[in-house]
Amino acid sequence: MREVYVDNNATTRVAPEVKEAMLPFFDELYGNPSSMHHFGGRVEKYLTQAREQVAEFLGAEPEEIVFTSGGTESDNAAIYGTLASYPEKRHIVTTKVEHNAVLHYCRYLKKNGYRITELSVDRLGRLNLDELQKSLTDETAIVSIMYANNETGVIFPIAEIGEIVKSRGIVFHTDAVQAVGKIPIDLSKLPVDFLSLSGHKLHAPKGVGVLYIRKGTRFSPLIIGGHQERGRRAGTENVPYIIGLGKACELAQLFMEEEQTRICHLRDQLENELLKRIPKSQVNGDRDNRLPNTLNISFESVEGESILLLLSKEGIAASSGSACTSGSLEPSHVLRAMGVPFNVIHGSVRFSLSRYNTEEDIAYIIEKLPPIISRLRELSPFWSQAS
Amino acid sequence: MWNYSEKLKDHFYNPRNVGVIENPDGVGEVGSLACGDALKLMIKVDEQGRIVDAKFQTFGCGSAIASASALTEMIKGKTIEEAEKITNQDIADYLDGIPEEKMHCSVMGREALEAAIANYRGIVIKKKEEGEIVCQCFGVTDREIIRAIKENNLTTVEQVKNYTKAGGGCGSCHPQIEALIAQVQGESKEGIPEATFSPKRLTNLQKIKLIEEVLEKEIRPALKMDGGDIELNNQVFVALRGKCTACPSSGYTREKYIEGKLRELVSKDIVVVEVKS
Repeated sequence: MREVYVDNNATTRVAPEVKEAMLPFFDELYGNPSSMHHFGGRVEKYLTQAREQVAEFLGAEPEEIVFTSGGTESDNAAIYGTLASYPEKRHIVTTKVEHNAVLHYCRYLKKNGYRITELSVDRLGRLNLDELQKSLTDETAIVSIMYANNETGVIFPIAEIGEIVKSRGIVFHTDAVQAVGKIPIDLSKLPVDFLSLSGHKLHAPKGVGVLYIRKGTRFSPLIIGGHQERGRRAGTENVPYIIGLGKACELAQLFMEEEQTRICHLRDQLENELLKRIPKSQVNGDRDNRLPNTLNISFESVEGESILLLLSKEGIAASSGSACTSGSLEPSHVLRAMGVPFNVIHGSVRFSLSRYNTEEDIAYIIEKLPPIISRLRELSPFWSQAS
Repeated sequence: MWNYSEKLKDHFYNPRNVGVIENPDGVGEVGSLACGDALKLMIKVDEQGRIVDAKFQTFGCGSAIASASALTEMIKGKTIEEAEKITNQDIADYLDGIPEEKMHCSVMGREALEAAIANYRGIVIKKKEEGEIVCQCFGVTDREIIRAIKENNLTTVEQVKNYTKAGGGCGSCHPQIEALIAQVQGESKEGIPEATFSPKRLTNLQKIKLIEEVLEKEIRPALKMDGGDIELNNQVFVALRGKCTACPSSGYTREKYIEGKLRELVSKDIVVVEVKS
């Protein structure tokens, strides 16, 4: 059976070049970079090289790159590190559509006495910058707003947001886990203090990420117990994975143009054909400001998990914002914040492409999905009522 | 991914009795779009009170569709009185189990059946008038929660959520759910002597866990006080079912296949003993 993986916002395949680059660091170059002997020394220069690769890709300085265990740790560390540095400031601004790594952390802090403002979004998932402007106070320690949304792919105007936040002298963090590798990011020009990225979203392995900390930004480490990463993140460096992430960043630079052209074109083709072939379908999110690889599309009166199971039977791997797939009983908090009606949320499917998807993959989905939707609609009491 | 049984998958991929009955004798509609699952059950009943046909339409996940399909198969040919006795656990058992988090799908099946039977009898049930809504997010009443607690011997908020969805949203009703659990479990302990207390039907896994717990917490300490001890041995007792019961090569199945697999995957000194029952 054909296998089509279009769930790349969940995780990606490790690029063969990345895997290749990592292998020597398991058995030949296994030294601890902190060690004084030659085993350590041999490894250290590769660690430096990886840091340079990441920095170069982001338009940052190597010493601004802190390796972490992944996106969640980076997000937690940015917020924690700022609050610990400004103990007198007890207010945080974020959005209703953040990833849980930020949102749930903020809600946890709320229980511990912090004041949280969650900015709302409109029907297309866009922020209102006036609302942001008004939410900022002298008490505000940090503003944490994602670069691009994982579910809809909607991109926030990070440069503009950064201007607003920085003009008030407030620390600005952006969770760029979904944006890095899909759209160009140049931190030398962006008014951002902290940026989180995750390796496994850009063809590096799971378990490695980066927290970018702009030079001069106050920070207290979340993880304590060693001098590593210039005292900003303790723990022996995850060398093979860091090497892999360095290589993945180098590759992402090479594929950046393809993301904007070929992959974006495949996504558009999928979107147009599905909208054309399946009645009562609609795209969720701002189509003009979206990651080139992401399509969030809803089919009215059917339920997402059923769609995913039937797609999976055909070898197609996607995801959904329906309640049954969210791991809780509530459907996607992102689509709800956008005010998408329930019958549309429950029937939402997210396709997220990568450089490994082909024209044939897209044709295959276009062939397999419409009959699945018709079949589920025949089962649905709401469809017969609607039609 | 959910760990669905083969039978559940079969009922999802090939649902039985999908559709609409013209002029049905009973219709039960439960759930809603907002909740993410809904079921409409239609039954045709003959003059002797026997369900001669059942059809359904459903909006929901894999286990919701499979539960509805299973339910129609279970009730066809049964009298109303027989069908009435079906519990949500029976639906789950028919499907060789439903993941704990999805048990509310089987509850939805039982509710639709009840509504269809009431409709057949000409009784109008207004669900929300029957009790007080505890969970605002999913519109679940105290009566529904109490019933699920009693029928399935639920003891935690998490379980109540899995079976009824109550408490699965904002979570503000958790204290009320806890109070209902305490109330029901308190009642059931009072007046029922320990010896006749019959726990709910358990899956084998739950049984094994419980046996281990009882051995560890109750039996072993007692034996140890007398200088003894106890451990489970390596015998696994199985009863073959279906076509295997009459099969001349069941001995081979037991020895080569079952024992072989268990030895390969669990422990090499396992002995499988067949019991005829």
